[in-house]
Amino acid sequence: MSRAAIRVVVDPTACDGYGTCAELLPEWIEADEWGFPVVRREALPAHLADHAERAVHACPRMAIRTVRARD
Amino acid sequence: MSPAGTVDRVAGVAPPSGAVRLLAGLGQRGGPLTLADHQARWGVLPDPARRGRSAFLDELHRSGLRGHGGAWFPAAVKWEAVAARRLGRPVVVANGSEGEPASGKDRLLVRRAPHLVIDGLMVAAETLGASRAVLYVPASEARHVSEVLRERRRAGIDPLDAEVVVSPERFVAGEESAVTAHLDGGPGALPRFTAVTPVYRKGVDGRPTLVQNVETLAHAALIARFGAAWFRSVGTEESPGTALLTVTAGTAGPRVIEVPFGATLRSVWSALGVSPGDAPAVLLGGYGGTWTPGARILDVPLVEEHLRPLGATFGAGVVLAPPPTSCPLAEVAAIAAYLEREGAGQCGPCVYGLPALADATASLAFGGPGGAGGPAGGGLPARIFELCDSVDGRGACHHPDGAARMVRSALLAFGDHVDQHLRIGPCPPAAARAGRRPPAPRPPAVRVQAGGTPRARVPGVGGARR
Repeated sequence: MSRAAIRVVVDPTACDGYGTCAELLPEWIEADEWGFPVVRREALPAHLADHAERAVHACPRMAIRTVRARD
Repeated sequence: MSPAGTVDRVAGVAPPSGAVRLLAGLGQRGGPLTLADHQARWGVLPDPARRGRSAFLDELHRSGLRGHGGAWFPAAVKWEAVAARRLGRPVVVANGSEGEPASGKDRLLVRRAPHLVIDGLMVAAETLGASRAVLYVPASEARHVSEVLRERRRAGIDPLDAEVVVSPERFVAGEESAVTAHLDGGPGALPRFTAVTPVYRKGVDGRPTLVQNVETLAHAALIARFGAAWFRSVGTEESPGTALLTVTAGTAGPRVIEVPFGATLRSVWSALGVSPGDAPAVLLGGYGGTWTPGARILDVPLVEEHLRPLGATFGAGVVLAPPPTSCPLAEVAAIAAYLEREGAGQCGPCVYGLPALADATASLAFGGPGGAGGPAGGGLPARIFELCDSVDGRGACHHPDGAARMVRSALLAFGDHVDQHLRIGPCPPAAARAGRRPPAPRPPAVRVQAGGTPRARVPGVGGARR
């Protein structure tokens, strides 16, 4: 059974723009001109799931997480 | 007992037949209507327990009532979302904080028709089975609202005692998650990140929470009395009922009038004795709303279904027309600066994006190095659009979205004037303001005047008498 579709979300009140997530998941997250993440809103392609998990764990502010996508 | 799905009519009290509803029951001399006068005017609130909870939700659905705080969300859907949560007894909040400087209608209702607002809060509490009800109002209203609640307590008419919580004086204090954060004791009423857990699921104390604008609750109180069919007897199919507008034209202070949904700006100007020619630029919705040339929307019904396709919004019922002698871009820059200052300072897009947006807008309006009229000025519109796109939708709340919407709409609405600034430099009215830090356009305490003296009485547009 495949894993449920997930989305990546960033809590902008927690984020301080360290940029770790954009570094680890550039396919899905880019930094704006001030270094804050711009995250795509669609469901994350399955092949990026492991990179997303790494980005979640690496965030110094614990601002990023994955949630189940509501289709 | 009434048949399922209908609501008791209020014995002996006829529902208002015209377009003046909420303003038909205002206290005199600037104070509240007493409870006795309120009940004489509107009848006693039917006991919701008698008709059952789902019956009122059905009625609310049929009424088509939407939120008057600016988001225009269907009230019944919001109430149902709260009712559907099983964890914890809900909390209901009447949101009268009205941080929007150009709006005064909520304070008017809280000041002069508080019983109608509290009736609505009690209907919500009963319908949702809430164990806590809160009136969230600015400090200026807290004292008299507390007195009004004591009056109700003595009369023993409410199923539970509402409490009064003072809202901080800031623009974002009325944002739903800022309200619940403040009620939870958080500092300063700052918005929270709610994309994962919305407040209808986990709000105050982690309980399902309904935060509803006070005007919306006042309408609900009338629906509880007179029913959905009556509610729909004025307004449009998609926007039934009436709405309070806070109208500021030229140098005259803001006035609150009640209009049936579907009324045009022309009829509003006519009711208030404003010549349409004196309102060449109009901001609709609020500081996070949209600018349009006054002439373009003169005959457009002021309802979302007509305004949104034109890139405009009804928002919280704000209609603001600066004096015709002023520079619209200077007004835009002043409001952009205000919105920057009023950001909660929590999210990157607000902390970095809004100052950049305010600076670029000020350069367009007032000139200066890199500004309008200079060699590098030509790139300003593109840069402003880019900044709008970069903050839009990226905060915990919609504050940056509103700033982006307001600025973007101005560039589209006043394209000719933008070109003039770029070619020649700031126009004389803007130049006269240049160099000064744009003042907050108005202090948060708006002086509210009910109605006005309609010179030509327009069918369907009602103003409250003073």
